[in-house]
Amino acid sequence: MSVVFTILQRDLLLAWRRTAQVLQPLAFFIVVTLLFPLGYTPELAQLRQIAPGVLWVAALLASMLALESLFRDDAADGTLEQFVLSGQPLAALLFGKTVAHWLLTGLPLAVVAPLIGVALGVPSAAMPGIICALCLGTVSLSLIGAIGAGLTLGVRRGGVLASLLTLPLAVPVLVFGARATELSIAGGSPAGALYLLAALMVLGLTLAPLAAAAAVRIGVE
Amino acid sequence: MYKDSNLAVSRWHVFRGERHVLRGLGFSLTAGRCLQLVGDNGSGKTTLLRSIAGLVPREEGELRWGDVPVDDFATLHAELAYLGHDPPLKADLSGRENVQFAVAVRGARSAATLTARVEAGLQRVGALGFCDRPVRTLSAGQRRRIAFAALRAFEVPLWLMDEPATHLDVVGCELLRQLIDEHLDAGGIVIAATHQDLGLAPHRLQRLALEEVRAS
Repeated sequence: MSVVFTILQRDLLLAWRRTAQVLQPLAFFIVVTLLFPLGYTPELAQLRQIAPGVLWVAALLASMLALESLFRDDAADGTLEQFVLSGQPLAALLFGKTVAHWLLTGLPLAVVAPLIGVALGVPSAAMPGIICALCLGTVSLSLIGAIGAGLTLGVRRGGVLASLLTLPLAVPVLVFGARATELSIAGGSPAGALYLLAALMVLGLTLAPLAAAAAVRIGVE
Repeated sequence: MYKDSNLAVSRWHVFRGERHVLRGLGFSLTAGRCLQLVGDNGSGKTTLLRSIAGLVPREEGELRWGDVPVDDFATLHAELAYLGHDPPLKADLSGRENVQFAVAVRGARSAATLTARVEAGLQRVGALGFCDRPVRTLSAGQRRRIAFAALRAFEVPLWLMDEPATHLDVVGCELLRQLIDEHLDAGGIVIAATHQDLGLAPHRLQRLALEEVRAS
């Protein structure tokens, strides 16, 4: 367990030294979502209808964008190889990296969601549901992304390939995330969709680190 | 320190990229001995080191560590350190932070022993003067010293070193020789792929010349 914290600490420290790179996915998310009031219609009633789709497609794309940086630097300088050779469970080390990755690229999306919501005409009563949904959903996206990033380690410029591998797996997250958001905006209870998102997250937490570890082992060969 | 370490490799066969890189290779090493791998470029020095570390799968062959056959490399990994062509350092962290994290990742130990080992390693390689600067600003030779400090601080019996003398000046090469010598004194085992004269006492040194495997 303590190695997970060691990795977490290391990755957060590294991110702190390189803030600009870390903020890119967040900036992407904000810009893309804010393009809709400009490009589609400034009418809040109409924006409110497409808000769930806009928020979740943008969140999905932002997490794909962040994916590339997950293992790339560590693979390039040989750190990933040292992880494999550390005598510690590789799945635990990669889990630590994924948690750090989520804290830096997933959680901020949920934090800025209320601001985006205002621009898209989302009533403030819907915000708690949306934030919950994004928190749960982005964890799954980071975990699924770790598998994709691991599988494309050996591929040069594998960013697009990783996205292609990962997007189909992320469809359930998109469906239930958008559903939870839609229900929240309509004033209904999003509980059902949130439970399913939570279930997907638990599934990801248990299986994704193992799959990512297997992929990375092949990748460093 | 590592009195009972011994390593035996037999019938070692590695097949990569539709080519037999190593075939029918064998050697054994006891505590306090160093194996120097020599051979032309492409003769499989790096592949041999990486396959012993379990990074590259072997087609066939047996590896015995401490007289026990190794099937699951996870157990061997706790006993070995592999230093490749390029030192595995993070450019944005300082030398000291790099060594700290590298040692911490290898297992939970008390913070005090961790710090003591890191400091001892940095001091031994003469890096105290520059180890607080970001690795980005260090020269290639200084980075290698930081990597040696980590290697020493791991405190594992088996060292696998790929071209360890690259980028080192005369003083650095002498340091490398001393580090290997001290490691062998402690009962460790070193396998190093280098053409550099390691300057070790003859009774400690074995040489293995690798040749390109002919297609057959």
